[in-house]
Amino acid sequence: MSSSTSASRTTAEADGRRSSGRPSPSPGGGLGQALGDGWTIAKRNLIRIKRVPDLLVGSIVSPIMFVLLFAYVFGGAITLPGADGSIPDPRAYREFLIAGIFAQTVIFGATITGSGMAQDLKTGIIDRFRSLPMAPSAVLVGRTTADVVNNVLTVVIMTLTGLLVGWRITTSVGEAVLGYLVLLFFAYCVSWIMAYLGLLVRTPEVFNNVTFIVIFPLTFIANTFVPLETFPTVLRVFAEWNPVSSVTQAARELFGNLQPGAPDPTAWPLQNPVLYSVLWGVVMLVVFVPLTVRQYQRAAAR
Amino acid sequence: MRAPRLEQVQGEVSAEHPAVGGARYGPGMTPTTSPRSREDHPVVAEGLVKRYGAVTALDGLDLAVPRGSVLGVLGPNGAGKTTAVRVLTTLLRPDAGRAVVAGVDVLADPAGVRRRIGVSGQYAAVDEQLTGTENLRMVGDLYHLGRGPSRARARELLERFSLTEAADRPVKTYSGGMRRRLDLAGALVAEPEVLFLDEPTTGLDPRSRLGMWEVISELVSGGTTLLLTTQYLEEADRLADSIAVIDTGRVIAEGTADQLKAQIGGERVELTVGRDADVATAREALHRAGAEDVSVDERARSLSAPVTGGTAALVAVLGALRETDAEVLDAGVRRPTLDDVFLTLTGRAAEDDAPDDGGTGGEAGGETSDAGGRGRRGRHRREGEAR
Repeated sequence: MSSSTSASRTTAEADGRRSSGRPSPSPGGGLGQALGDGWTIAKRNLIRIKRVPDLLVGSIVSPIMFVLLFAYVFGGAITLPGADGSIPDPRAYREFLIAGIFAQTVIFGATITGSGMAQDLKTGIIDRFRSLPMAPSAVLVGRTTADVVNNVLTVVIMTLTGLLVGWRITTSVGEAVLGYLVLLFFAYCVSWIMAYLGLLVRTPEVFNNVTFIVIFPLTFIANTFVPLETFPTVLRVFAEWNPVSSVTQAARELFGNLQPGAPDPTAWPLQNPVLYSVLWGVVMLVVFVPLTVRQYQRAAAR
Repeated sequence: MRAPRLEQVQGEVSAEHPAVGGARYGPGMTPTTSPRSREDHPVVAEGLVKRYGAVTALDGLDLAVPRGSVLGVLGPNGAGKTTAVRVLTTLLRPDAGRAVVAGVDVLADPAGVRRRIGVSGQYAAVDEQLTGTENLRMVGDLYHLGRGPSRARARELLERFSLTEAADRPVKTYSGGMRRRLDLAGALVAEPEVLFLDEPTTGLDPRSRLGMWEVISELVSGGTTLLLTTQYLEEADRLADSIAVIDTGRVIAEGTADQLKAQIGGERVELTVGRDADVATAREALHRAGAEDVSVDERARSLSAPVTGGTAALVAVLGALRETDAEVLDAGVRRPTLDDVFLTLTGRAAEDDAPDDGGTGGEAGGETSDAGGRGRRGRHRREGEAR
């Protein structure tokens, strides 16, 4: 020890001089700091989206595939109620389909938040964050915010695909923007649940399996791909109150994709789809933001 | 913001610092430090207990690190090293006990502790996709250094740890050693009063390990108060002013490296001879050179005996052998390894039935480099090899 100490004493002195002007961490605190920290983490996650485009490609390719599969494989066999004649009109179905794919895709997009959290726990970078004097919510706020950007990019690609297969927005710009906002806001709220699950499960692979099992039926037992009129009663009631249906319905209304002559929905959630979707979002946030922050502190403290 | 640093002055003293709080050794090798003398130290832990179900990770752990000195916490996997660091760095709440770091109570004001410490863990906790610069700036931002100082500090640390050339490459292209250096740089961003390094060289190849040792000893010579955990006696020997050996969550011995080594039985001369007949000859030569208590492995044609005086004893043994016609294939002085420490202190081998630490470290390299051992170590066995 002593030999190495004397050998590098000059460095010690250099250190001493430098120390006089060293930066010092400020105590900070409060909402401003929490938002600032959240933004720092969001920047980190945005850089990751840029550097690892695989994830983004994955979340873009599958909806394109869904659009093509449903538009051209199943679409011909699906009859929309209210469509005149017994021969299904494929163009009407594509019009109907796109909003459903939007809803499914942004919800699957929200799962990235959870696998990302599980991944971060695994690599140990959460330990680094936890040992820093930063707001405990920042990692979650930053992550969910960055994942919204991911979803925005996916929605843009899907819009272009939809336009290619003949889907059109027939309403005003304001209504269209509101339609996109409902989709993205709902997905943002879901991503907090996903963050919670990711922290609970802790393994990215397990998380992906679990969410697939839950989200796949949730987005299919809804008005996403087929009209509810054909469902057996139990499933229909579930689907009517399933917020995925209301988000889809909201998007259809706001994009002007409701079929002319289609029967009016009888369930309240589908009569007030925007309100019902936003209510669900708010409830998810109120419940899961505190729950997830707590789980973050616990998960990291194991 | 903080009290002026005294470490520069005390750092020089600390090189010769005695055992923690002046610990002496009773026959039972239990620490005898009184808690009161530890009160002013930057790191004080008293009676820390942490249980996971039936497994007791910490079982009344006491530690203290005097200002400007380096405490090496030495122990096998599962001894509780990582758990102890996690408690001291506010990542984990203990079930009992108290800890004060940089004058701040860990349980009462964890945020206050976080502002004053730097931590680098077993895994390089850096973002693979970000560049070195981006990683350090992010950490600087999260310490709220401000944009300018944060950038300047990142540049300065990258240069100091020879990462300037790699600064704008994603970390995934870095070698293991570079990642660890970057992680260490991350721990130093806010010039912490107290630094914690949890197994900083576990899993590194010998060359990177040496590089890491150089970086750390330079840091230490600057007067940083450091708590370092390691599985390697050699590492604690090289970097720490005093060593606390822990096992099953408790300190079972503490002192300077020399005190510990003397306590655990010192050095052995080891010989390997070429022919079966040479074994007896070599045994006589060992006796003539004054070595008692020779143990022999007939099949491997190797002999070993405890000695005092290290290389001088080896020279004497080789002198005695030269007068015979024995063919000596290998000869060396072996210094105590962690295995020896544990065998001596606990009566069992280091890796026996120890519960996992929650960390891993299981990938620990089996070899350490000779150069790191100040060149005096024998060639017979290297630390970790016998695990």
